[in-house]
Amino acid sequence: MNMNAQSRLQEILSKGDFAVTAECGPPRGANPEVVRKKGELLKGYVDAVNVTDNQTAIVRMSSIAACSHLLQMGLEPVMQMVTRDRNRIALQSDIMGAYSLGIKNILCLSGDHQSFGSQPDALNVFDIDSMNLIRTVQTMREQGKDMSGFELNGPPRMFIGAAANPFADPFEYRVIRLAKKIDAGADFIQTQCIYNMDRFKEWMKMARDEGLSEKVHILGGVTPMKSAGMARFMNNKVAGMDVPEPLIKRMAGVPKEKAIEEGLKICLETIAELREIEGVHGVHIMAIEWEEIVGQIVEASGLTPRP
Amino acid sequence: MIVAEQKPLSEIKEIIAPYKKILILGCGTCMKTCFAGGEDEVAVLASALRLACKKDGKEIEIEEFTIERQCEDEFIQESAPAVSRNEGVLSLACGAGVQALARGFARTPVMPGVNTTFIGVLEKQGIFTEECSGCGDCRLDIFGGICPVTRCAKKLLNGPCGGSQNGKCEINPETDCAWQLIIDRLKALGQMHSLRRYIPPKNWRTSLSGGPRKLVREDHMI
Repeated sequence: MNMNAQSRLQEILSKGDFAVTAECGPPRGANPEVVRKKGELLKGYVDAVNVTDNQTAIVRMSSIAACSHLLQMGLEPVMQMVTRDRNRIALQSDIMGAYSLGIKNILCLSGDHQSFGSQPDALNVFDIDSMNLIRTVQTMREQGKDMSGFELNGPPRMFIGAAANPFADPFEYRVIRLAKKIDAGADFIQTQCIYNMDRFKEWMKMARDEGLSEKVHILGGVTPMKSAGMARFMNNKVAGMDVPEPLIKRMAGVPKEKAIEEGLKICLETIAELREIEGVHGVHIMAIEWEEIVGQIVEASGLTPRP
Repeated sequence: MIVAEQKPLSEIKEIIAPYKKILILGCGTCMKTCFAGGEDEVAVLASALRLACKKDGKEIEIEEFTIERQCEDEFIQESAPAVSRNEGVLSLACGAGVQALARGFARTPVMPGVNTTFIGVLEKQGIFTEECSGCGDCRLDIFGGICPVTRCAKKLLNGPCGGSQNGKCEINPETDCAWQLIIDRLKALGQMHSLRRYIPPKNWRTSLSGGPRKLVREDHMI
């Protein structure tokens, strides 16, 4: 492995191609076949696979291990890393370890609070926040040093991702936060699932006005809906999600057996719109436990073959 | 002030089960203010325990006493005669008071009657909120007087997470998002520029993470 080669995701984005990534949640167990199966479904359709780190605070196979399984299959992983479960010592150590395994992309997050998960009795860490984590990975890459200033023997050179949620409050602060993440060292941004296109466009305009879309690659997040119930649930129960009423009505307006088809249609329309927005450089498909649909979405969007 | 709440009666009953003569010792400062263990709460708890033990057919003698503060030796000594008359002490002080008492009376078991919860304020009558975690390195100056270390569920120093909606925290719709409060306040103070500033990782050495803390004031030592 060439330690200094850039990641494929970085290459595609810097060439100006429209990138496609998808999400892969590791299993609640040690069975690598689950990861491989998901990898097979995504292979050829995406540029990189984003592997979650104990998402929704439910204990799962580690992101690093699942990334490593994907690497062995020839897929490029984006390792998610949350600051909820590890202090700065563990975070830095795992970043070095991940890079030594060939993982070249990282998505820096704070993580869902443990009270949402399967083990709410757990102690959280939050030694540093996602902003600090971004800066830490950048310092490792650019200066070859860890947080103490120690010169590393083989610094990890990760392509750095961060999250942005244009649908959370306070809205006017969301672009300031994006700017801070870019200053801290984010190379690419993955957004929360986009259903409220008006608000997303407004946020993008603010980002463009601040010159931010030229400094970072923004990947719009999409999640195909399976039912009106799912639309309602996401809107009401999932923190930071915004599914506008007309979309919920549209999902509810079709017969149950047609709901999946309608959800896919909405997803394809969203992707088509995203491709037209100045400053959006890719799409991130989060088909939660529905990886088999990703290929269909990418194909129907005319985004195949991948480079 | 330090805020606490009284343990459930069933738990207190279990804690005092081995003893036939106990002293319920109140604490007249913080615990009185948060209605967890002042003179009034001592009296109410003593009556409830007497009744409950009678119902269970258990003989018990309960003495009641309250001192100004259980975290100071000077006041602790006032309770010495009462302590010596009993087999054990149920302290209605915060955890610091319980330990100070235990240190003061080597031969008498001291048991907690309250759960110490936080350093907080009386938001309004009957509602207490946590405001400070005693991290030992106060930066309220840059956060508009609102502490994200204590009041943000993720201790975020660089702005709200994606779960802030309508001014509320994602983990509890009753809880204000600390960052919404910080942003509103900085806006009102005309200090929005503070929000663009990168806040580096916190130094936790001054917090409990650095080990139990001790404050030495040589100028006050005799």
